[in-house]
Amino acid sequence: MNRYSLGSILQRFGIAISFVLLCVALSLLSDRFLTLPNIVNVLRQITINGIIAVGMTYVILIAEIDLSVGSVLALTSIVTADMLQKGLPIPLAILIGLALGALLGAVNGVITAKFRVPSFITTLGMLTSARGAALLYTEGRPITGLPDGFRALGRGEVAGIPAPVLIAGVVFVLGWLILKRTQAGEYIYAIGNNPTAARLVGISIDRYRTLVFLVAGLLAALAGMILTARLNSAQPTAGVAFELDAIAAVVLGGTSFSGGVGGLGGTLLGALIIGVLDNGLNLLNISSLYEQLVKGAVIALALLIHRK
Amino acid sequence: MKRRFLFPALLLVMALIVSACAAPPPPQAAPAEEAAPAEGGEITLGLALSTLNNPFFVDLRDGAQAAADAAGVKLVVVDAQDDPGKQASAIEDLIQSKVSALLINPTDADAIVPSIEAANEAGIPVFTVDRSAAGGEVVSHIASDNVAGGRMAAEFLCNALGGEGKVVELEGIPGTSAARDRGKGFNEYMSENCPGIEIVARQTANFNRAEGLTVFENILQAQPEIDGVFAHNDEMILGAIEAAEAAGRADEIVFVGFDAIDDAIQAIKEGKLAATVAQQPGEMGRLAVETAVKYLNGEDVPEYIPVDLALVTAETLK
Repeated sequence: MNRYSLGSILQRFGIAISFVLLCVALSLLSDRFLTLPNIVNVLRQITINGIIAVGMTYVILIAEIDLSVGSVLALTSIVTADMLQKGLPIPLAILIGLALGALLGAVNGVITAKFRVPSFITTLGMLTSARGAALLYTEGRPITGLPDGFRALGRGEVAGIPAPVLIAGVVFVLGWLILKRTQAGEYIYAIGNNPTAARLVGISIDRYRTLVFLVAGLLAALAGMILTARLNSAQPTAGVAFELDAIAAVVLGGTSFSGGVGGLGGTLLGALIIGVLDNGLNLLNISSLYEQLVKGAVIALALLIHRK
Repeated sequence: MKRRFLFPALLLVMALIVSACAAPPPPQAAPAEEAAPAEGGEITLGLALSTLNNPFFVDLRDGAQAAADAAGVKLVVVDAQDDPGKQASAIEDLIQSKVSALLINPTDADAIVPSIEAANEAGIPVFTVDRSAAGGEVVSHIASDNVAGGRMAAEFLCNALGGEGKVVELEGIPGTSAARDRGKGFNEYMSENCPGIEIVARQTANFNRAEGLTVFENILQAQPEIDGVFAHNDEMILGAIEAAEAAGRADEIVFVGFDAIDDAIQAIKEGKLAATVAQQPGEMGRLAVETAVKYLNGEDVPEYIPVDLALVTAETLK
C-alpha cells in the first residue's frame, strides 16, 4: 500500500517540474514553440517512442531490460509492408505484423524466464538476429509505396486528433489500467519488488515474465506500423537505437532499474521531455555538433532535479 | 566441482574454433578467368570487388573492363560476394599468379589490411576503389568527389530557385566524411555564387529517413517560408518530402537529395523530388584501371583520384 509514499510523490512531481521548466525555457527562446500546430507536431512525434516506452516500463518494472525493440520494430515493419505490397487486406497484414512482434517478444521472454539467461543477453541476441533477418528479408533495401488505407495510420485524423496520438493514448490508458487496476499489474510490481516472495505467494513468475516481454514485442511492432505508415516505407535499418530513447523515457519518468517502483505517468512525462527537447533543438537551429551535448546535458539535469 | 573445469573447457573449445578458422581456407574463390603470370612487358591487373550482386559494382567492373581493353592490358576480376574471407583468399590467388597491380574494392576496411600487407610484401602495388582501407600501403584511392557533388546540388538548387530563397540543409551523421564533404561543397558554392539564398536552418537527421521526417517536421514549424531543401542523402530527403506532403507544403519546396537510390529515382519520376546526385561507378572503374596503368608505366599518380558525380533530374531520366 506504500506505493504513494512521500518519496515517490516527490519523484513524480520532480519530473513534472523538469518538464514545465523545459517548456517555459523553450517558449521564451522560440515564439513558435507554444503554438497549437507545434504541440500537435510534438505529440505526433513522441507516439513511436511513447508506445515502445510503455512496453519498456513493464519490462523494467520486473527488473529486466529489452534491448531488441528497435530490431523487432524493423523486422515486423518489413514483413507487414511486404504483406501489404503482396496485396493482403490491410487488417490482416497489420495482424500478422503484430503477431510476429508478440512472438519475437515471447521468444525473449521464454529464453529469459525458462532458461535463466539474463535478459540483457537474450535481448541483445534478438537485437542482432532480428536486424539480420530484416536485412536478409529485403536484401538491405527499403519497401516503399504502401496503400492509402494503411498510411492513414500515420496521417489520418479523428476529430482533429492525429491517428498516431489516438493510438498511443489508448495504449497508455490501457497500460495504466492494467498496471494499477488489475491483479496482473499487482503481480508485476510484486515480481519486481521481490521475486522470491512473489514466488512464495504462488505467483507464476515465469508466465508473467514471458507475458511482459510479449507485450514489449507487440508494442514495438505497433510503433513500427505507425513509423512505416508515416514514412510510406518500411526500412530494414529502421529503429536503430530506439531502445535507448525508450529506456531514457522510462528512467527519466522515475521507474527504477531495480524493479518494482515507478509507472506509466512518469514514462509519459519522460517521453514528452525527450520529444520536446528534440523539437526545441530543431526550432532553435542548434548546430548538429552541439546537439547531442545539449540533449545529454538537459537529460542529466532533469534526472538530477528529480532525484532531490 | 564441475565448475572448475568449465572455464578450461571453454578455452579449449574457443582455441579449437579459432585454429579451425585460421587454417588456410580452401581456394573457393578462384579467379573468374585463368590468370596468366605477367609476361615480359604485358600488364595484368587484378580487380577484387566486394560484390557483383549490386548493379553499382557491375557498372564499375564494366567501366574497368572497357578501360583495360582500350589500354591493351589484361584484367582479372574476382567477386568476394561481400565475404571478407573469400576476398582474402581471392587476393592471395591473385598475388600467387603475380598480377602487375591490385585494384581492391574492400568488403571491409579493416579486414582487408592483411591482404594489402601481403601484396606490399610481394611488391605488388595496391589501389583502392570506392571504399578505402584502414592500413597497409596504398598507391592511390579512387572514389567519388563528394565536395564536387555538394557544389553540383547547390548549383541546381540555386538555379531552380532563380538565385533567391530560403533553403534548409539536412546534414548527415556529424563527423562522417560524406556529411563533411557534401556540406562543404554545398555551402561553399552557395556563399560564393548564390548570395540571394539564405540557409535558414541546418540540422542533422543522421542519414536516416525517419529522422528526416521528424527533423523536417520541426523545421516546418519553425520556418513559415521554405523554398528549397538539400539533404546529404536521399533517405533524409525522402523523409522530408513525407513531412512536407503531410503538412500540405510540398508544392512550394524544391527538394534535392544525394546518392540516387531506387526510391529517389522513383520520387523524381513522380515529380516529388527535383534532383539527386549520382555516383558514376563506370567512371570509377575506368579511372582505377587508367591510374594503375599510368603508375606501372612509371608515371607519378596522386594519392587520391576524385571521380566526378552526375546530377539526376527528370530531364536526365528521359
